[in-house]
Amino acid sequence: MEVFLQQLINGLTLGSIYGLIAIGYTMVFGIIGMVNFAHGDVFMVSAFIGLICVLLLTTVLGMSSIFLILAITLLVAMVFTGLVSWTIERVAYRPLRGSFRLAPMISAIGMSILLSNFVQVAQGPRNKPLPPMVTDVIVVMERDGYEVTLAYKQIIIMVVTAALLAGFWWLVQKTPLGRAQRACEQDRKMAALLGVNVDRTISLTFVIGAALAAVAGVMYLMYYGVVNFADGFVPGVKAFTAAVLGGIGSLPGAVLGGLLIGLIETFWSAYFSIEYKDVAAFSILVVTLIFLPQGLLGRPEVEKV
Amino acid sequence: MVHPPVADIPPGSLPSGSLPQVDVPSGVPNGLPGAAPPPPVAPHRGSVIGSAVTDAIVSGLLTGLLLLPLVGFRATESGSGPLGLTYRFGLVAVFAAIVAVLRLVLNLTVWRRGRKVKTGTEPSAFAALVQKAAPALRPAFFSFAIAYPFLAILLSGGLSPSRYWVDLGIYVLTYVMLGWGLNIVVGLAGLLDLGYVAFYAVGAYTFALLSTSVPLNEFFAGHLGEGFWTAWSFWLCLPVSGILAAFWGVILGFPVLRLRGDYLAIVTLAFGEIIRLVLINWVSLTNGGAGISSIPPISFFGVPFNSSDDGFAARYGLDFDSMHRIIFLYFVILGLAVLTALVTIRLRQMPVGRAWEALREDEIACRSLGINTTLTKLTAFATGAMFGGFAGAFFAVRVRFVSPESFTFMESAVILAIVVLGGMGSQMGVAGAAILLIGGMEMLRNLSFLKADFLFGPDFDPSLYRMLIFGFAMVAVMVWRPRGLVSSRLPTVFLKERKAVSASLVKEGHG
Amino acid sequence: MASLDPVAGARAPILAVDHLSMRFGGLIAVNDVSFVAGRGEVTAVIGPNGAGKTTVFNCITGFYKPTTGRLALFHGGAATPEELDAVTASGLAWGRTAAGALYLLERLPDHKVASWARVARTFQNIRLFSGMTVLENLLVAQHMSLTSAGLLNPAALLNLPSWKRQQKGAMDKALYWLNQIGLVERADDPAGDLPYGDQRRLEIARAMCTNPVLLCLDEPAAGLNPRESAALNELLLSIRRDHDTSILLIEHDMSVVMEISDHVVVLEYGCKIADGTPDEVRNDPKVIASYLGVEEDEAAVVEAEVGA
Repeated sequence: MEVFLQQLINGLTLGSIYGLIAIGYTMVFGIIGMVNFAHGDVFMVSAFIGLICVLLLTTVLGMSSIFLILAITLLVAMVFTGLVSWTIERVAYRPLRGSFRLAPMISAIGMSILLSNFVQVAQGPRNKPLPPMVTDVIVVMERDGYEVTLAYKQIIIMVVTAALLAGFWWLVQKTPLGRAQRACEQDRKMAALLGVNVDRTISLTFVIGAALAAVAGVMYLMYYGVVNFADGFVPGVKAFTAAVLGGIGSLPGAVLGGLLIGLIETFWSAYFSIEYKDVAAFSILVVTLIFLPQGLLGRPEVEKV
Repeated sequence: MVHPPVADIPPGSLPSGSLPQVDVPSGVPNGLPGAAPPPPVAPHRGSVIGSAVTDAIVSGLLTGLLLLPLVGFRATESGSGPLGLTYRFGLVAVFAAIVAVLRLVLNLTVWRRGRKVKTGTEPSAFAALVQKAAPALRPAFFSFAIAYPFLAILLSGGLSPSRYWVDLGIYVLTYVMLGWGLNIVVGLAGLLDLGYVAFYAVGAYTFALLSTSVPLNEFFAGHLGEGFWTAWSFWLCLPVSGILAAFWGVILGFPVLRLRGDYLAIVTLAFGEIIRLVLINWVSLTNGGAGISSIPPISFFGVPFNSSDDGFAARYGLDFDSMHRIIFLYFVILGLAVLTALVTIRLRQMPVGRAWEALREDEIACRSLGINTTLTKLTAFATGAMFGGFAGAFFAVRVRFVSPESFTFMESAVILAIVVLGGMGSQMGVAGAAILLIGGMEMLRNLSFLKADFLFGPDFDPSLYRMLIFGFAMVAVMVWRPRGLVSSRLPTVFLKERKAVSASLVKEGHG
Repeated sequence: MASLDPVAGARAPILAVDHLSMRFGGLIAVNDVSFVAGRGEVTAVIGPNGAGKTTVFNCITGFYKPTTGRLALFHGGAATPEELDAVTASGLAWGRTAAGALYLLERLPDHKVASWARVARTFQNIRLFSGMTVLENLLVAQHMSLTSAGLLNPAALLNLPSWKRQQKGAMDKALYWLNQIGLVERADDPAGDLPYGDQRRLEIARAMCTNPVLLCLDEPAAGLNPRESAALNELLLSIRRDHDTSILLIEHDMSVVMEISDHVVVLEYGCKIADGTPDEVRNDPKVIASYLGVEEDEAAVVEAEVGA
């Protein structure tokens, strides 16, 4: 029971991070129908930007208020990562839009290789550890010497995720940008004919997706306290799994999928085998796609004859 | 069908309104090799320069901003203590300046609006050249491939010095073969497979496990003599590897082949990763991450390449040289690659190959003609997997060591990039792309001249930049030629004359 | 055999559609439609947009599984009601009959409807293999007869004489159809390069290369000019005359329907409203009402008159 509760907390934390990344995949897939392979590496880049920002604030400017540091780091990481993603879309994807279907995919794979190796060259191949920032924990319950703890950083992650999702939901549902986005999802040509600036809408989609990935990146950095240039691929694939599991194209689906993947991964590690936890995640992806290709909350695809 | 190139329109000769606008929302590929579309047309020379300068400054600033966090600062380890920051703002400024100048030059020359109007359907001069040379290309390529090791020996002056070049040839040919194998799945049948490396791994591990298996060795030693298994294991395991890989192709393919498009790509990627993770974690079978070593080397059909009296050199009256084995390996992979190509050519002329291509064109129409699409897809998947398995067995016997690290997603991505860059479906294109990508990547290893004092200094490690440049090249090539080097398709059968089908009509498949 | 159409007694059926219904969620696209397509005849299904014609087609050709209903196709000759009931009760998709064989199309997947039951079809929005040549399109269509010895036939892999003969036969057949549609000159051009009218006829020729007993054409005259339309009529009539193939077609173009059909079925809002010879249908008040848009109360009057 205690182990279960502890794993539930850990799983939800991890799931929040996956969910945030998954939104980027799901939005981009929804609007231009491509799997943005570089998104996992954008997440990794954002974690590095966060790392630099924290170092700058603590060692150079000597700031000590954790919450101020976190807030500024979040903001800086979101802005710079958004800029990176905007540039990537502009340089590597936009010239290929509407052409051959595989071309943007290969381009995205190339971009993923480029980003991870760029960070390796610029920041070095070794793990980058940060001293723990938030160490306080709340003991939720205790029995027979086993403490179930809820760390402050876990609370921060869940609260920030929830707040951002609420804001993001409002953005997509209630603003003209969200409307333009949904219009482009349905029919890009028609949206353009009706005066929607499709290029700008797609660019903004990439920027928003990257900004959410940046939040995930900073949270990841804070949670694990270490980041490496190769950290983009596996969380990226898992987040994509989350997006597929929830139903690709569906925003609540992405969050739900993220939470599920996080939970499955932690429970699998705790109860079965930690070595095969990634196999579990990938197997879920395969099984979902085979038996439930539209995902949990997605719309089924009807074949037109 | 060679269209004459569209005549150059001198800048300013047309009113700006009548020039075709490139940035249509539907996103017709405009063939521009770079970031953003060029600045808007301006009839006057002064404003052309003006907007070019503005654009250059903006892109320079953008570059600076992008590089600022991760190049401008570096989190450096200082002993065991916490991370510190070092600053490299100069470097950021240098890069920003380089980008700005480059864009300025390009804006004033190549990208100037009106200089050349390119349309998506116009075949490039390159494609026209390839088409003209096509009949001679195959024999020329094949003859060169046969002569290559001898040329290498001749030009490098001896057996031993040619080792690097023959090794490079083997390396490139392995990827040519893998490209041709994946081409069956992606290029012909239009099924996007991102986990091709799984079959490469199945082939490699099949051979590695069987050839190092003690019971098998004892069994054959008992029946056919000591050393039989060591001498013959490759030749006996090669078909087994291929068949097993094809078998895995069917097992993995059966549940996933009803998925379409990117979903299939992702599932195959996941399968590739699952197989790699299982190889890492199933230590009792695969020895985990440490891999399997001491795989017996290749033999000349039972005759070992060693200095003993029974060895290859002694038996054929040659002086012993370890290069004999390498050159033989070269011809083995050449033979395997040619086998792949010939089988593919033959299959394309058979109903099954035609059904693959029809499947790529229109799956629903295929079903209306009675073609069992699942079975057809499975044959494509299995055939491609089989050649991957052959290549895997070859890889294992060449390196004599396999570990899961050789079968990462990167490997699949590189093979897929070769197929797409080559122009899906075209064998010569795929071969060209393999030479370009793999050869090019190898060339990047030899950038040691950059260590010279007047360039980057001896601390500079060029090999770090290899993958960086590779990733950049992948993006650039796709933007430059989204349909690959050879995009037109040659029909397999004709009544009067064989005419190439232009790329704009050939579909890419949905599955 | 009360379930079959009353007219069936007079004609030998090739296809009996029996209480066919198709529901998409809450929408009933086809509602309890029964009709019979006669052997050696051209049967037309007409009706306004959204009447469910294409849905009926998709059910017949196996692309949709009907919600309820039976689709019986007869090879050789019509089955007796007992035989039909026996096969229906057996749960199998087909059975032998005294006259030949009987297929229940609703139990077959789409590709088996084409390969076993030998029902070929064309599509409303042409589906040619546009990146393959005209000749290749016609060869792909002969896939089933060429792969009777298996997909990876060793004789084909090694290009043995027996395979070459088979290949020659396939080429001859393709040439025959190229002649029929007058596209011999363009045999080596990609199908996607052909003008619209030629693409339509190529699609029909491709369907005919599968040796069908029933050819289903989904709006073959859509988008054709009068000259192309006349050529199409010619082609369809020659198919009926020279081949053992019955034709079922959906059409809007009344000139095509009236000129070449032997039998017309009219659908509206998923229901059958008339069934008979072109002349009968032309004079049917309900059809007139549906096509010419008679006011609803007038239609009631007309219907009352008919009922009287």
